[in-house]
Amino acid sequence: MAEPATDLTLDSASLLAAEEHEVSIVGRSPWYLAWRRLRRNWVALVSLVVFLLICVACALAPVYARHLAHTGPNTVHAGDTVIVSGKPKEVIGGGSHYDAKTNKFIVAAPTYLGPTWWHAHGRFVLGTDNLGRDVAVRLLYGGRNSLKVGIGSALICALVAVLLALIAGYNGGWVDWVISRFFDLIWAFPVFLLAIALSTALAINGFHHFGISIEPGSLWIPTLVISYVLIPYIGRPLRGQILSLREKEFIEAAIGQGAGPLRVMFSDVLPNIASTVLVFFTLIIATNILTEAGLSFLGAGVRPPDPSWGNMIASGQDQIQTAPWLALIPGIAIVLTVLSLNLFGDGLRDALDPRAKVRIER
Amino acid sequence: MAERLLEVKGLKVRFATEDGTVHAVDGVDFELDRGKVLGIVGESGSGKSVTAMTLLGLTRDKNTRFEGEVDYKGQNLLDLPESQLRDVRGNQIAMIFQDPMTSMNPVYTVGDQIVEAITTHEPTGKKEAKRRAIELLRQVGIPNPQSRVDDYPHQFSGGMRQRAMIAMALSCNPDILIADEPTTALDVTIQAQILELLDRLRADFDSAVILITHDLGVVAEVADEILVMYAGRIVERGSKRNVFYDPQHPYTWGLLGSIPRLDRPKPKKLHSIEGTPPSLINLPQGCKFRPRCPHAFEKCFEEPELKNRVDDKGHLDRCWLTVDEKRGLRDSTIAGEERVVA
Amino acid sequence: MLAFVIRRLIGMVAVLFAVSLLVFIVFILIPGGDPAERMAGKNPTPENIQNIRAKWGFDKPFYVQYVRMMEKAGNGLLPGKHSEYDILRSFDTRQNVAAEIKKGIPATFSLCIGAGIIWLVFGILVGVISAVKAGRWSDRAITVLALIGISMPVFWLGIVLRYFFAETRTWFPDGGYVPLTQDPAQWLYHLILPWFCLAVLFIGFYGRVLRSNMLDTMNEDYVRTARAKGIPPGRVLGRHVLRNSLIPIVSLFGLDFAAVLGGGAILTETVFDLKGVGWYAAQSVGGLDLPPIMGVTLYGAFFIVVFSAFVDFAYAYLDPRIRPT
Repeated sequence: MAEPATDLTLDSASLLAAEEHEVSIVGRSPWYLAWRRLRRNWVALVSLVVFLLICVACALAPVYARHLAHTGPNTVHAGDTVIVSGKPKEVIGGGSHYDAKTNKFIVAAPTYLGPTWWHAHGRFVLGTDNLGRDVAVRLLYGGRNSLKVGIGSALICALVAVLLALIAGYNGGWVDWVISRFFDLIWAFPVFLLAIALSTALAINGFHHFGISIEPGSLWIPTLVISYVLIPYIGRPLRGQILSLREKEFIEAAIGQGAGPLRVMFSDVLPNIASTVLVFFTLIIATNILTEAGLSFLGAGVRPPDPSWGNMIASGQDQIQTAPWLALIPGIAIVLTVLSLNLFGDGLRDALDPRAKVRIER
Repeated sequence: MAERLLEVKGLKVRFATEDGTVHAVDGVDFELDRGKVLGIVGESGSGKSVTAMTLLGLTRDKNTRFEGEVDYKGQNLLDLPESQLRDVRGNQIAMIFQDPMTSMNPVYTVGDQIVEAITTHEPTGKKEAKRRAIELLRQVGIPNPQSRVDDYPHQFSGGMRQRAMIAMALSCNPDILIADEPTTALDVTIQAQILELLDRLRADFDSAVILITHDLGVVAEVADEILVMYAGRIVERGSKRNVFYDPQHPYTWGLLGSIPRLDRPKPKKLHSIEGTPPSLINLPQGCKFRPRCPHAFEKCFEEPELKNRVDDKGHLDRCWLTVDEKRGLRDSTIAGEERVVA
Repeated sequence: MLAFVIRRLIGMVAVLFAVSLLVFIVFILIPGGDPAERMAGKNPTPENIQNIRAKWGFDKPFYVQYVRMMEKAGNGLLPGKHSEYDILRSFDTRQNVAAEIKKGIPATFSLCIGAGIIWLVFGILVGVISAVKAGRWSDRAITVLALIGISMPVFWLGIVLRYFFAETRTWFPDGGYVPLTQDPAQWLYHLILPWFCLAVLFIGFYGRVLRSNMLDTMNEDYVRTARAKGIPPGRVLGRHVLRNSLIPIVSLFGLDFAAVLGGGAILTETVFDLKGVGWYAAQSVGGLDLPPIMGVTLYGAFFIVVFSAFVDFAYAYLDPRIRPT
């Protein structure tokens, strides 16, 4: 070690600069890269198409009802007959009745018209329910309600959670403390029980406080309840992310240049959490559809006679022996919808950030 | 002549990725003798870390392709089955990494992690292994090793953690110690201590050291021989004296010029190498440094590019300029004067 | 360490207080209207309503009502005689809510402990297998299965399981609960379907979480260090990757387990007629009978708050970085 060259200092700033340059070689926007990755993931794309098709089908429920099924979601056809493959069939047949010939009262289970597929020219494609209503029509209308509640509550939930997280994460201090404790408080309940409790309490007289008036039985009740109880599930992780962003130089630089808090929040912080929010949003629609189904199943969500996939399963449960399709079909609709959302959300997360830690905790 | 430990011949490493094949290492040759320190210098992405990891088979993957030979004491490590390679790892060739903050498992004590290294390769009892761990910690200069051995990594400072990493690497008396940017994450004052420690332990343990860094200043302290890597290949290779006092490749000049020196007149501006390293997927035609080289001329486009030019001192370089041309151009380059066209 | 425990316990009490206040607000303030009128029946006389109002204390200021409500909930648990209005009772059935919840605990605990063991074991198994085989077809197959698992409404799965395995084929009993003390074999037999049903969602979910944790951990520098030490892959996976990836699973499990113990398995209990705590709450939804739902919600929150304190202690034990010194 006798070489005299040790007077070199350890400065390597230019090399570090070169190292950072390397990152910009690719030089394309992260959204473009994400789209390129997503494009290759055919499972995610197919899932998105499936979900969109389900949405379109449900949106077109009135068209289907009027022009193909020729009935409404709540129209009862208990005594009617339908021509299936040229033969007349009772919508609801059998059942207990008085037999005039033998002069006896015969006790029997009623028989329900099963799925006719396309043999009755669009009527009762998926059979009838216990009141003689067209299951296919109800399935589409029910899907409309389920999707309205699911997507609506996801929108509200994401919006409120992002706002709260921005305010908490950006301001810190006591504001952060209050908002975090609010998250903790909701977090301390079993989510589903809290949703049931709120829905039941609201089902009595609706909500008439703070100038807001919601009637019991309104779709807003499950929508708002679900969005409320799930706020911390998006809000908490986002708050953490924003807190760490807050420490980053580019935020400090923006503040240093005199950008006001609103400007920093919306033009510097928000774009950096946008991908996380997008993934959460997709996945939480799935969660919300499941939650709505559960609430409606217990009678605390969408109220009969209005259909939703959850309450259709609930009423179908009693006829499972005689008409199993009543409970099975709406369940399959839920699984398809939720699965397509989950698969797409998964693909989206992988595409946006291959190493992201975004996930919905329960 | 010291014992020849390692001979790397024509090593190529390629990764298949979504965007195409990455030529991470593209024909690297070097030898390493016992007791020597080899410095590998280059920017990030020059293939120096991949070269080191490949020696230990840590880059093995279904998307990785290897060519060439890594000859360690007569066996080719590239062909060695994983199970046999594991006996080499940590035992005969050990490695320490850049970031001591993340290179130790946070949930086990420092002692446990050293003991794990020992018991993996030697049938030693836990007690005996722990006694050795304490002794190793003492040797790397950790004060109060009897109690520190039971501390968790987060209770160590950065420099201490790197010392502990070195202790762990030395626990089985390896022939070769690979240090990948061992000082990059540390404070300047700690850097010097760690380098000094490495050099002292090399002598004590009679092993060879491969020191990988992007910082010529680091190798200047301890290396016997220096490889300068660029875009997966060696652009210059020679003894420390050669590389520092008679550098042949314009890239090396650039590296030297970007370090402020006290023994030279103050440069007009601190030199920086213009441009960015090439993408390892679409390499430039001819000399890979050509697009950034201020002295490039027609010959630099030629394929195949110049193989390592050998002169009598064992000083190799990969530049088409003649030695005289180089000597004329380099001082102005290093001194940071305006671009001179050859 | 002691200071940490004490701090945590004080926090726990504070959260419990806030929780009970929120429950009170939800049930007394949100519905609005006059609960006395609702309780008085179809054609009440004004005296009748006034009477109920006075007896239940609906005319008192809300903080007095809050204290009364908590008192009543507590009285339901304490031995000794209490008068009709000193105990939190169902509006509909007039049953003691606390006593009814207590009655449901054996069924709920039987369901949840069994299901918890199943979902933890299989969740870890699924996570490890798909992480080790990441990218291969077996990982893809497991991923799709896990996603299907978390995409199924649990009550629908329950109905389907009952229909196919207890009704069309009578391999399993068609719902119901047999106490362990009465007949252990029947207890087990009755619980197999519900256990599986409740566990499926969690298996899928834990498997996915663990998989992504493990893939993240595999990229950590210390795993590379372990490999560079020459440690065999199995040990690297177990000692370094899995050990560190399981830490977040512990907190997930603690909270999920608390939620199902606290009545969160309401759908599974309802579908399989397991007369547990959740089932009890579900029975009250139809009649908009608030006190039982209120009681179960409080009971559930109690479990979550207590378990999250346990989770914090466990975390401190498992992760030396956050261990208080």
